[in-house]
Amino acid sequence: MPQVTYTDHTGASRTVAANVGDSVMETAVRNGVPGIVAECGGSLSCATCHVYVDQDALDSLPPMEEMEDEMLWGAAEDRQDNSRLSCQLKVTDGCDLHVTTPTTQV
Amino acid sequence: MADGLLIIGSSQAGVSLATSLRALGYDDPITLLGDENHRPYQRPALSKEWLQGEITNESLMFRTQEYWDEHRIDVVKNERIIRIDKNDDGSGVAHSMSGADFPFDRLALAVGARARRLLLDGVDLPGVLYLRNADDALELKARIPDVRDVVVIGGGFIGIEAAASLTRMGRSVTLLEAAPRLVPRAVGEETSAYLLDHHRATGMDIVLGASVRRIVPRGDRVGGVELADGRTVPADLVLVGVGVIPHTELAESIGLVCDNGVRVDESALASDGVTVAVGDCANLPNPVPGAPAGDRVRFESVNNAVEQAKVAAYAITGRREEYAGIPWFWSNQGDIKLQIAGLSTGYDRTLVRADPERGKHSVLYYRGDRILAADCVNHPLDFMAVRGALAKGLSIPHDAAADPSVQLKSVTVDPAALVAAD
Ligand SMILES: Cc1cc2nc3c(=O)[nH]c(=O)nc-3n(C[C@H](O)[C@H](O)[C@H](O)COP(=O)(O)OP(=O)(O)OC[C@H]3O[C@@H](n4cnc5c(N)ncnc54)[C@H](O)[C@@H]3O)c2cc1C
Ligand code: FES
Repeated sequence: MPQVTYTDHTGASRTVAANVGDSVMETAVRNGVPGIVAECGGSLSCATCHVYVDQDALDSLPPMEEMEDEMLWGAAEDRQDNSRLSCQLKVTDGCDLHVTTPTTQV
Repeated sequence: MADGLLIIGSSQAGVSLATSLRALGYDDPITLLGDENHRPYQRPALSKEWLQGEITNESLMFRTQEYWDEHRIDVVKNERIIRIDKNDDGSGVAHSMSGADFPFDRLALAVGARARRLLLDGVDLPGVLYLRNADDALELKARIPDVRDVVVIGGGFIGIEAAASLTRMGRSVTLLEAAPRLVPRAVGEETSAYLLDHHRATGMDIVLGASVRRIVPRGDRVGGVELADGRTVPADLVLVGVGVIPHTELAESIGLVCDNGVRVDESALASDGVTVAVGDCANLPNPVPGAPAGDRVRFESVNNAVEQAKVAAYAITGRREEYAGIPWFWSNQGDIKLQIAGLSTGYDRTLVRADPERGKHSVLYYRGDRILAADCVNHPLDFMAVRGALAKGLSIPHDAAADPSVQLKSVTVDPAALVAAD
């Protein structure tokens, strides 16, 4: 089963088994992984699902669309080169993704 | 405490309250009870992504069952509370329609609102639907394959969203709005005008100033909507979206003060000082910094349900904290996304920042030099900049913002600095 590992700003990690087709955000929220708020439920409206993606995985992810890019400029914690909105990242077969959550989402 | 907290209503506000409490370390039992026969789910996509088949039922669910079990939150479905016996200390017993009793040490009302019903001839005909919950949405979706002509009554957010979804799905949609413009309650004239042009261009037929006389049958089903001007708009399906009415009956029955919702203070505490009320059912002091003293509001938004649940959780755990978040809202309508930051009530001038080529359109609302709010269509940069500025108490000078190519974030200033420079 694909999995996603979430590391918070203190360095604590949690690995969650994920369903193909779910987003990295959904996987976190439904399992109660703290650090991702996701107020808008994945509708690309809130930027409270911001994550930093492991550098190695960045290239394998689908590129972001303009809307995600613009939303990220307003995220609560400043964006980095490896910033993504986790509601836009779909879990794929064989996925083993590592992301870090910011200190705050709001 | 043996019985712990009973939360009546297991939707956005109730779920947010339960999860916020556990995140804060609240350890007493929590019962999250609702009258729907579904696991707790989120509503916004019902008129948008879910209706169009872009996401599955499972994506609507707030949490897995494992989450509820692990966090000892007892989720009770399909139980409608019809009577409450409450003691002065806030404890009591809630009685459900099925005859079950739910004792509590403390009560939270997260009962939301119901769709306002139309009082007209023909509203009981099969094919006249409302859209408030999953059952409504399931019924609507099931009928869509057999439907060609749709009339949507009500040009508020839910009506427009559903109309845009149905237009996209190839249905012929007529939207009837009684007011002279769309979403008259929540956005200003420039935004209404933008939405009107946009949706008309997608093929939606929009009638403003429409006065509906009755709903007419075709055989034993709905056949059309008759307007006061005598014209009948044909319809295989009529969707009514004319606002909601907060559920206050239970609150009133236990003596809580209600007035367009359950009256609560900044900590979401009702008039008895212990019961909390959160979400669409609550009427709260206007939380926007600088709002007129004594001003009250009732929001119908996810953001409010989440934020208010957070302060209620603080109040319940003995850490009262004021709700000083900046209200915000989104509405996806076909291929446009509207995002609203702040509250525009009381504005005296507006500023439009448009980039028609890229389909971007923002309206900024000012009272004097103070920015109050923004409606942004397909313009997340403007939305995030205004939301961020409002949250930090910063200002976006009108003159500097007038150039649509300027990034608002780069002209945001501390109002104190402005005064000093004068
Ligand atoms: C179709 C639709 C689209 C929306 N789109 C957006 C959007 O894009 N953005 C946004 O911010 N907001 C949107 N909203 C609004 C948002 O969903 C609401 O603000 C939010 O659901 C309010 O949550 P709540 O928990 O306060 O109330 P509700 O969601 O109304 O939940 C209250 C629950 O309590 C239950 N209940 C009531 N009385 C009893 C009783 N006596 N016993 C047991 N249970 C009871 C109800 O059945 C219900 O399940 C939308 C709403 C709808 C319907
Ligand atoms: S969940 Fe709101 S933008 Fe991702």
